[in-house]
Amino acid sequence: MTMAPHSSTVYEGGFSDPVGASQAVFRALMNAIARPGSIHAVPHVTTPPAPLMASASALIATLADADTPVWLDPALTKTAAVRDWIVFHTGAPVTDQRSEASFALVAAPQNLSALNGFALGSQEFPDRSTSVILQVSTLTGGTRLTLEGPGIKGQSSLAPDPMPQHFAAQWMANRAVFPRGIDLILAAPGSVAAMPRSTRLIRSEA
Amino acid sequence: MNAPDTQTQNLASYNFAYLDEQTKRMIRRAILKGIAIPGYQVPFASREMPMPYGWGTGGVQVTAAIIGRDDVLKVIDQGADDTTNAVSIRAFFAKTAGVATTTSTPDASIIQTRHRIPETPLHAGQVLVYQVPIPEPLRFLEPRETETRKMHALEEYGLMHVKLYEDIARNGRIATTYAYPVKVEGRYVMDPSPTPKFDNPKMHQSEALQLFGAGREKRIYAIPPHTDVVSLDFEDHPFEIQHFDQPCALCGGEQVYLDEVVLDDHGGRMFVCSDTHHCESRRADGHRGALLGDEPGQDKEAMA
Repeated sequence: MTMAPHSSTVYEGGFSDPVGASQAVFRALMNAIARPGSIHAVPHVTTPPAPLMASASALIATLADADTPVWLDPALTKTAAVRDWIVFHTGAPVTDQRSEASFALVAAPQNLSALNGFALGSQEFPDRSTSVILQVSTLTGGTRLTLEGPGIKGQSSLAPDPMPQHFAAQWMANRAVFPRGIDLILAAPGSVAAMPRSTRLIRSEA
Repeated sequence: MNAPDTQTQNLASYNFAYLDEQTKRMIRRAILKGIAIPGYQVPFASREMPMPYGWGTGGVQVTAAIIGRDDVLKVIDQGADDTTNAVSIRAFFAKTAGVATTTSTPDASIIQTRHRIPETPLHAGQVLVYQVPIPEPLRFLEPRETETRKMHALEEYGLMHVKLYEDIARNGRIATTYAYPVKVEGRYVMDPSPTPKFDNPKMHQSEALQLFGAGREKRIYAIPPHTDVVSLDFEDHPFEIQHFDQPCALCGGEQVYLDEVVLDDHGGRMFVCSDTHHCESRRADGHRGALLGDEPGQDKEAMA
């Protein structure tokens, strides 16, 4: 264990109203997953250390606890602050094995080479899979993704940026193993959108 | 009607909506997986609630995990807002969460239901929470959980079609009238809970999110809005809903689900709306059924 003194950024910035804040964040996320492609406001209820985004930290504080290992991408493990903040505020163990993670937090999606290292669940228990939270700077200014599937009336669209390389091919591979697969949660500043595994990517255009 | 937060400010009281926060997180994670895999039954660590299994503990836990201070809750039991189960659960959340409650379908943001879907079409943003006794549609055909789980994994639903076929062989038609199995988004066969099959078409492409909680059996499942929900049938025996040959005796409503009420011991009976809010709002709009009486004091003719 390091004995380096922690700045207050690690111990502060959690929920001030854990009951109300987590419920509000959860309902935003539930509506986002129930209607893939729709964008929902996430209240500013947490103040995490950089480069973790407030919305992404609110989601992880809402969802994670001692039962759910969390995987962090290299952009989040450059310093110990983000890991320590998550451990202190949620009690979740941080794992370096993608396949063990209940949740994955990715601050630099453009560097995420593959989605398939995460837990996909089994055919009998497809729920035992990783939910991947991507931090994006925008949900409307990137490459336009046209979506179909449960929760979508006709079609919906989303334009998140940055996104993993070759995302269209990766998402098609993820959709092909349904009901196994990962669920994507896209955390942008102040808002959230989602692409659960049931969502089909129809087109991807710049 | 309810003063928000009077309960939650009391230190000796329960947490908001009764459940502790860790339990809510666990249920919330199960709900999200359920929405992501429509029709798949997600196992969850169902808690003991201050009411026995069979009284809607699954639905109560789902509602407790999603409800917020600004929600407006409606609870129905067989369509009625005024039966014991509905009144108790409504009072439970009014007390433990301090939320506003209503009997009006359009005004509610969360509707917890036991075995009916309201007649008034639901709108976007509403959540319908079902209380489910037996979530596994294959359970009465195959008692072993290991086997039914494999059947779902392999999408092996032949047994269910055999069951419906045997209905036809015995009765000349599919005799299943409630808990009629559906296929969700072309993948999972799902038990819609013991709703009458009359309500099955309302699940298809619904505007509202539908969540199912089975407390004793420890399963949560879901249907997102705008999702295909198809009742199983055969080409030569297509799925049909119940039809009633007379309108509601109180409000004159047609194309609604009716309950039979026995009036005397000479075979007298009446058929009335199962959905009490629908019936009351129609009567408030001036619709009258054949057996609707007058208010006391109005234009009474002497029954000499």
